[in-house]
Parts: sequence; structure tokens; C-alpha cells
Amino acid sequence: MNTTLRIDQLRASVEGKEILKGLSLEVRGGEIHAVMGPNGTGKSTLASTLMGHPKYEVLGGSVTFNGEDLLEMDVDERGRAGLFLAMQYPSEITGVTNSDFMRSAINAGRGEGIEISLLKFIRLMEANMKTLEMNPEFMHRYLNEGFSGGEKKRNEILQMMMLQPKITILDEIDSGLDIDALRIVAQGVNSLRSADRGFLIITHYQRLLDYITPDFVHIMMQGRIVKSGGPELAQRLEAEGYEWVKEELGIENETVGQDEDAFQMPMNTTGPKIR
Amino acid sequence: MNTIMMSVDRNQVLESFRADQEPEWVTVLREQGFRLAEELPLPKLEKTNIERWNLGTFGEIRRPAQRDSLKDAGGATSEWIDSDNALVQRNSGIEFHRLTEELRGQGVIFTGLEQAVRENPELVKPYLMQAVRADENRMTAIHAALWSGGAFLYVPKNVQVAQPLQALFLLDDEEACFMPHVLIVAEENSSVTFVENAVSAVSRKHDQFGIMEVFVKRGAEVHVASVRGLGKQITDMTYRRAHVEADGRIRWVVGEMNAGNAMADTASILQGDGADSDAKVICVGAGEQHMNLTTRAVHIGQFSTSDMVTRAVMREDATAIINGITKIEKGASGTNGQQTEKVLMLSPKARGDANPILLIDEDDVQAGHAASVGQVNPEQIFYLMSRGIARAEAERLIVYGFLAPVISEIPNDRLRDRLQSLAERKLGQA
Ligand SMILES: Nc1ncnc2c1ncn2[C@@H]1O[C@H](COP(=O)(O)OP(=O)(O)O)[C@@H](O)[C@H]1O
Ligand SMILES: [Mg+2]
Repeated sequence: MNTTLRIDQLRASVEGKEILKGLSLEVRGGEIHAVMGPNGTGKSTLASTLMGHPKYEVLGGSVTFNGEDLLEMDVDERGRAGLFLAMQYPSEITGVTNSDFMRSAINAGRGEGIEISLLKFIRLMEANMKTLEMNPEFMHRYLNEGFSGGEKKRNEILQMMMLQPKITILDEIDSGLDIDALRIVAQGVNSLRSADRGFLIITHYQRLLDYITPDFVHIMMQGRIVKSGGPELAQRLEAEGYEWVKEELGIENETVGQDEDAFQMPMNTTGPKIR
Repeated sequence: MNTIMMSVDRNQVLESFRADQEPEWVTVLREQGFRLAEELPLPKLEKTNIERWNLGTFGEIRRPAQRDSLKDAGGATSEWIDSDNALVQRNSGIEFHRLTEELRGQGVIFTGLEQAVRENPELVKPYLMQAVRADENRMTAIHAALWSGGAFLYVPKNVQVAQPLQALFLLDDEEACFMPHVLIVAEENSSVTFVENAVSAVSRKHDQFGIMEVFVKRGAEVHVASVRGLGKQITDMTYRRAHVEADGRIRWVVGEMNAGNAMADTASILQGDGADSDAKVICVGAGEQHMNLTTRAVHIGQFSTSDMVTRAVMREDATAIINGITKIEKGASGTNGQQTEKVLMLSPKARGDANPILLIDEDDVQAGHAASVGQVNPEQIFYLMSRGIARAEAERLIVYGFLAPVISEIPNDRLRDRLQSLAERKLGQA
């Protein structure tokens, strides 16, 4: 079956504030979607809600992943079902080596009795680290502990390459990366592109999209998708910024959840549906 | 009125040791212990009231038959012992011991302490109950009166012992007194590793007051690994104390995996210039257990250094009071004392308390501490689970990661595995 992640009128809150206000989007195998938008518009909230972070409460709407109700699944079930989130701020975990963690994750996906052999695992991890131009010592370092911002990002991509997810969400994977690192990370993503894998790339710069060409570009404001288009939309944003979008849609404050009363304005637009 | 010794028949005890040809000077120490036990109070512990522990169930002196082979020794002994140089105390006496010809030839002594007071009094007398003294409190006094079996390890000048020497202390008779005393003397520029385990199989209340004394002479290096896995019915009260002379080093690795209440106080007295101490303690608490664990470094010599790390995981209703005491005496200039205590709580009812204490009477020193008490971080759980790892496994990874800085330091593979499995058992995962 072809991969499909279908988000329909998703509403979610964090700490009692509604952040996602009816967001719809469908990502299929073979497609790359870029979600762009200024800071504070709910992009990370979308990512965390899809992954099932306990702080984010779903208020309404639905999400299905290959026909199954994603919102009913525990976080680990989502991961094993093939959803992957490269996080904006990955956790540091002392005492757990990168390789022990990666092996647990791979084996979790494989199940008891069919664990990956140690040798095969090490070869796989070494090969992927080489692609990402990571120092082999990172295998034995504690998970993300003392990693620079860029090293953490590469480590997220490493995990993606090892786990080969069906749907990958990249949350600001490009922030804090220099051009070289950006190119390497993009290479990692492009190496995974295939007809049955989909990507949701969250960014507020066009930069990354120079290396990974998206099929669809969505603009997020006020907790919804307010405009969608093709790659040319990203280029226009790069050239002209977000002001024209706000003007076109009559949006004064694009952020969400920051100053509840002051900026709550009636907005009857819902995100345009893809297909 | 002091009732703690009422269960002990003083004459039976003294008679039992006399029958065993114990030298007079040891009997005098015992009598003194009995006397002091009537007068002295129990030790005062930070935030733990041990009056409530109802201490006083000690049993009588019961010695096992000596065995020539490890196979015949009690319980699961042979599972624990893997050294060619080993000693097993079962209940009140030594059941088995062996030392290779090679080490004998080098002048190393490794026997039961009761045997050593008879055979090597000149090597034992200057040290026995000198680092920890009978008159410190009621507990040390009772120990002085009742200790039996025990281990004596003597390493002559310039002798380096590569293989760890191992002692197992096993209690499986609920009527038997169980109070081992370990005495280690490492002469100048020698080095040795001593590994001890304490385990039990009894189903009635029992109290254990143990003492370990270590004398590290100039330039010597002693590694001590102590793993306690006594059962729920046992209250384990232990003092470990090392005197370290100039340029000597002591390395402690302690695994507090008992199931019952426990008090442990592990101290390094850095007497000489350049003396160095490193102490790593891990602890897993479960059930209704109360634990009070102290590590200390006392800096007397100049340029002496110490580092103490304690990691404790508390589950269910367990409580741990973790104290770290760095004391720098006047004149101990150029010293550096560091400590870290961390407690991880796995249940809302578990309690932990980390108390770093710095007592500094000298200006020209460095001292540092860090302490934290907290729950498993939900962000970390989310992160691991998002990669497909089930919650229980994610927690397991985080807990072992928390203990890793100590477990990874253990000098011997089998001991590391055993500590790991004791930890797993206490964490309810084996
Ligand atoms: N973990 C959180 N705790 C509290 N508030 C949050 C949290 N995550 C998001 N928010 C709220 O949601 C709003 C949108 O944040 P976010 O989703 O991170 O936006 P973006 O990723 O687009 O910058 C923030 O302004 C904040 O008010
Ligand atoms: Mg964000």
C-alpha cells in the first residue's frame, strides 16, 4: 500500500492555549511537502502533535497514517509504524551511548527474535555516519550530550537514515547549519527519497529547499495552513518575505497563542486542501 | 536504658572466642566494646532516625565447618567467586579460603581476620579498630565486641597484585551473628584490588554492623569494590574508612543493592601530601526501604585530591538520604575536593535527598559540589519513544544511563555484570 499521512481539520492545544486551529494536509509516498512560516505560527506544534508529545492535546480533527488512526497510537507505536520526527531541539541523554540507543531503536522496529546482529548494525551505522561526514567517535558518545547544534542535526538525520521511516518530519533541520552541513544533510534526505516515502519539511528559510526540491509548499500562520503552492511559492517568500501573504489574507499578527486576547480576530479562512 | 545488647549473651560470646584461642588483647578489645555499648549513643544520622530501626537482633556465634573445595561451600557461593584468591565467610566464621602459591611467595597474606589475630598479631594489632574506633558510638562498640570471621589482606612493600582478591560474606542462618570485619594493609608502593560481596538468605529480622578499615601507605594504591545485596530482613550498617599516606591512592566502588534498611559511611582520610581518593557509589532503592549513605573525604595532607560521585535510583516507596562531606583541614593547602550526588526518582512516593556539605578551614584550596534530585525527564522518554522504543525500555535506558558513570568504572567484568543484574532485579526488570 502506498504511504499516506492524512491530516484533517486538526486542532491542538499546549498548556491550555489552542495553537493548531483546524489544519489539513495530506502527504503521500514520493512527495516532499515544505511547511514554511514565520516563528511562532505553530509549525513545531504540528510536528510534536503528530508525533504524540504528551504536552500537546488534540482538541479535534483526525489524522490517519496508512488508513489507521494515528492519534490513537502511543508515541512508540507511531515510531514503529514509520513516522519519524527530526526534532528542533533533540534531548540529551547521559549514559546512553548513541550506538546503544540506535540499536534499541532498530530492534524495537524489528521485534524479538529478529534483532539486527551487532556486526551488521555497526557496519550500517558506520556507513551512514560516513555519508554524513560524522566523526566515528560519535558512535560511542552519550546521546546528543555535548553535541554542537550542527552535530545534533546530523545525528537526527543519521537516525532517519538508520530507521528508514515512511514519513519523515524535519523540524527546522536547517537552523544552525552552515552551507556544507546543509548540503550533507540534504544529501541524506535525498538518498532516502523513494516512491513510498514522504517528507514534511518545516523551515522558515528557502535555503534548504535549494538542495531538496519540494513538490508542494505550504504557508502556515495562526495555526493553520493559509496558502499552498508549488516550489515557486518558496522562491517568492525568499525574495519578498511574508508581508505580501499577510496583506493578501488580511492577517495582522501571524503568530498564535502568544497574546491571546489582543490578536484574536475572526478568520473564516481554512487551509486549502491538497487534492 | 540501653536495651540494644539484651539479645546477646556476653559470656557465650567471649567463651566462644576464647575456645578458639583468641589472643588476650583481642578479648580485651571485645570486653571494652561490651562496656562502651552500654554507655554510648547510636550514631546521629542526617535526616534519618535509626532509633526506629529497632536495632539489636544479632544472634549468636555460629561457625561453619571449614571446606576444602568451593563446591561444598554454602548456598550459591560458587556463583559469586571467580578469583583464585578468595575467602568465604558463612554466618559467623570462615568456611573456605584460598590463596595462590605465587602470592604467598610474595608475602601476601589473605585469611580470615580471626586467623590473622592468632597468626600475625604483629601485623594486625597496630591497625585493628584504629581507623574506626570502638568508642565512636554504640554501633562501633558493638562491632568491636561481636565481630567474627572477617578478612585480613596484607600486601608487602613494592608488591603489585594484579588479580583482584575476593571475599564473599554470606548469612543463611537466622540465629547466627553476622558481623565481618575487613582489614586491609597495603605497604609502601604496593597495589591491590579487593572485591567484596555480602548476600543473605534468611527470613527473620537481623542486624549487621560491619566495619572495613584500609591502610594505604606511602605511594600505595588500593581499589575496593563493595557490592551489598543483603535481603529485606537485614539492616546493614557499615563503616568503610581508609587512611591514606603521602602519594597513596584509594579507589572505592560501592554498589548499595541491599533490600532492607541500610546505613553506609564510606570515608577517605587523606593524611599525607598528595594523597588521592576517588569514590563512586550507586544505589537502587525499592519497597519501603530507608537508606542513609554518606561519602566523606577528609583532607589533611597538602595537595591531596578527592572526587566523590553518588547516583541513586529510588522506586516504589523507598527513601534515600545521600550525604557528601568534603572536609579540608587547616594547613591542607593546594587540595582539591569535588563531589556530585544525584538521585533519580521513579515513583511519586519515592523520596530522595542529596546533601552536599563542604567544611573548609583553609583558603588555598579548590572544592566543588553538584547535587540534584529529580524524576525521569518526560522529554527524554518522548525522544526515545519517538524512535519506536517502548516506554519500559526507554525508562530502562535512561536509568542505566544514569547509573553508567559508576557501573562503567567497575574494575572487573564479572563483578560489573553481577552488579548490573542486582540492579536489574531491584529495578524489577529481571
Ligand atoms: N512546549 C510548549 N510550551 C508552551 N507553549 C508552547 C509550546 N510549544 C508551542 N507553544 C506555543 O505555541 C506557539 C507556537 O509555537 P511553535 O509551534 O513552536 O511555533 P513555530 O515552530 O512555528 O515557531 C508559541 O508561541 C507558544 O505560545
Ligand atoms: Mg519551531
